[in-house]
Amino acid sequence: MSYLPQILFALCLGAAGFFIARRVNFIRKAILLGKKKPVNDRKSERFRRMLLLAFGQKKMFDKPLVGIMHFIVYAGFLIINIEVLEIILDGITGAHRLFAPYLGSAYSWLINLFELFAVGVIVTCAIFLIRRNVLKVPRFWSAEMKKWPRLDANLILIFEITLMWFFLSMNAADSILQSRGVEHYVQVGSFWFSQWLQPLFENMDTSTLVFYERFAWWFHILGIFGFAIYVTYSKHLHIALAFPNTYFASLEPKGKMPNMDEVTKEVKIALGLAQADNSPAPERFGAKDVTDLNWIQLMSAFSCTECGRCTANCPANITGKKLSPRKIMMDTRDRAEEVVRQLQEGKSLEKIKEEKSLYGDYITKEEIMACTTCNACVEACPVSINPLSIILDIRRYVAMEEGDTPNEWNMMFNNLETSMSPWKFPPTDRFNWVELVNKD
Amino acid sequence: MSEQIKVPTLAELQAQGESPEIVFWVGCAGSFDERYKKVTATICKILHKVGIKFAVLGTEENCTGDPARRAGNEFLFQMQAISNVETLNMYGVKKIVTACPHCFNTLKNEYPDLGGNYEVIHHTQLLQELIDSGKLRIKEGGPFKGKRLTYHDSCYLGRANDVYEAPREVIESLDANLVEMKRSRRFGLCCGAGGAQMFKEPEEGKKDINIERIEEALDTQPEAVVANCPFCLVMLTDGVKNKEKEDSIKVYDLAELVWMSQE
Repeated sequence: MSYLPQILFALCLGAAGFFIARRVNFIRKAILLGKKKPVNDRKSERFRRMLLLAFGQKKMFDKPLVGIMHFIVYAGFLIINIEVLEIILDGITGAHRLFAPYLGSAYSWLINLFELFAVGVIVTCAIFLIRRNVLKVPRFWSAEMKKWPRLDANLILIFEITLMWFFLSMNAADSILQSRGVEHYVQVGSFWFSQWLQPLFENMDTSTLVFYERFAWWFHILGIFGFAIYVTYSKHLHIALAFPNTYFASLEPKGKMPNMDEVTKEVKIALGLAQADNSPAPERFGAKDVTDLNWIQLMSAFSCTECGRCTANCPANITGKKLSPRKIMMDTRDRAEEVVRQLQEGKSLEKIKEEKSLYGDYITKEEIMACTTCNACVEACPVSINPLSIILDIRRYVAMEEGDTPNEWNMMFNNLETSMSPWKFPPTDRFNWVELVNKD
Repeated sequence: MSEQIKVPTLAELQAQGESPEIVFWVGCAGSFDERYKKVTATICKILHKVGIKFAVLGTEENCTGDPARRAGNEFLFQMQAISNVETLNMYGVKKIVTACPHCFNTLKNEYPDLGGNYEVIHHTQLLQELIDSGKLRIKEGGPFKGKRLTYHDSCYLGRANDVYEAPREVIESLDANLVEMKRSRRFGLCCGAGGAQMFKEPEEGKKDINIERIEEALDTQPEAVVANCPFCLVMLTDGVKNKEKEDSIKVYDLAELVWMSQE
């Protein structure tokens, strides 16, 4: 017996592991460009939300039909992973259907179940392709959905269909080989769905069939390895990052903006409520670049699967403004990747930040200023991404570092300073409304 | 009206050695906007009618700082906020009701970080409480019985603070026919004024947000549109005017509906 296939398989597995680990490390570095933000509180609440939103996909069911279809692909992914485990073990040991002897009749039931999901995945992914490319659901075609994001989405769907096809046709070929009593093919019978593919293979001679079965087996598993690597470069990372993202996202009421304690200190000194001390002033107020954001904001950028529910619900975007919350997340991710890439090329962080920045080179003032802070994007996101927090951090930078807020806002600021109201009314008139209480 | 309603300030009450059950935080729009001043007065009438001992800050109230904070000016926000917290704490304020969802959000969620801890409710929540407990009685066959009303969720009461049901229950208690817009509750569309947009022109686009929203409201063929926020009230009223429907469709604050319907 030749060990060559096993050695080849182990090499492929190792290579896949290597490339995935290298890329995961890259993403880890990108996320850690962000500021520290320890999260140790309300663990059970966080865990519960993760179970509901990531594991249970609660918000996907805001659109029930899409929710069900997405759930089929998701469940298919989870369940078929058990099959992948068997395939990997087969590959390493040189066995065939390693689990079959241990599971008895349950084995064919299990494979039947995998086949059910495989068919479900094929049908659903085909519908998803039609929704994207034929029905042209608008949120898949908005401005930031340029060539690559559109291709990325289609590739993922085609990948999934192809993998499932090879899984099913491999089983069909396998069943015929079993019936012909070919050595090595464990007797587990035909399966629910792949039996309907058998007519395609019945006329092949045994050696061709063995070749096809092996080809499908290799293509299926190498495809999975390739897909696993591809995922780490694509928008599809949400399959992993949805979990930490729903765990670490803020649990505060959505309306609450985090307090800037460094400002509180200065304001208290200015109002004579505190003594000045010698602690250093913060490097920068608000966010100009990814290094001014915190790691949770950066992780959420990598969790984004570009579904565009945020943008489809954004009042500014709906009415034709440039702002798109999805683009904010994509820009944040792309910029973080760019920074790490340049760091790896040996550039210094100072130089990288000098040459370009998130605000200015990726995100424009026009986008940032169009936001009504309505939280529709935050509410819409199935995996608790908060584009609004990034928008507001950039606004803080624009207002406090650049002093570049729109003139009308500067007037409003002025009114607040002099009249303690955003409008220019004398503060002494504030209580004049009381005259109306006893009218009519 | 024969009986004169007295609206005491906290300073006056303190001078008499008294303190109110609840402080009515009026907000800048409630103090200066011609339309919303009427809502402020209506709320005082309701509070007086049910016999709640309340007070206002009067000229001691400052903007909560919400528009400054949302526009990015954290310094200015905190200047306003810290001085308000000083005032409120000086009077030992415990409970606040406000008719502005932006003030509500800031007082409730953001002042605790600056040392201001109060129980804060929105006036629609208070109205629901008063009606539920029977303190405020609604007329049988009041002016809105059977009328088609559509309710606009403000972002800062709705999504920002997850208050969706209290205002709806109040509308139901008027025997009105509440018709929901296509986008409501968690998916309610903004009026376009939040995040300090009230104080500047919108960015270039195809349409103004309040027009998009009022079109959706008009799709429900309402007899009136109900709001809970001074900014929404302005934006929706402008929207109705833009569609030249101001004669047939009125935009009300929920408090006004309740006042017109009470016994």
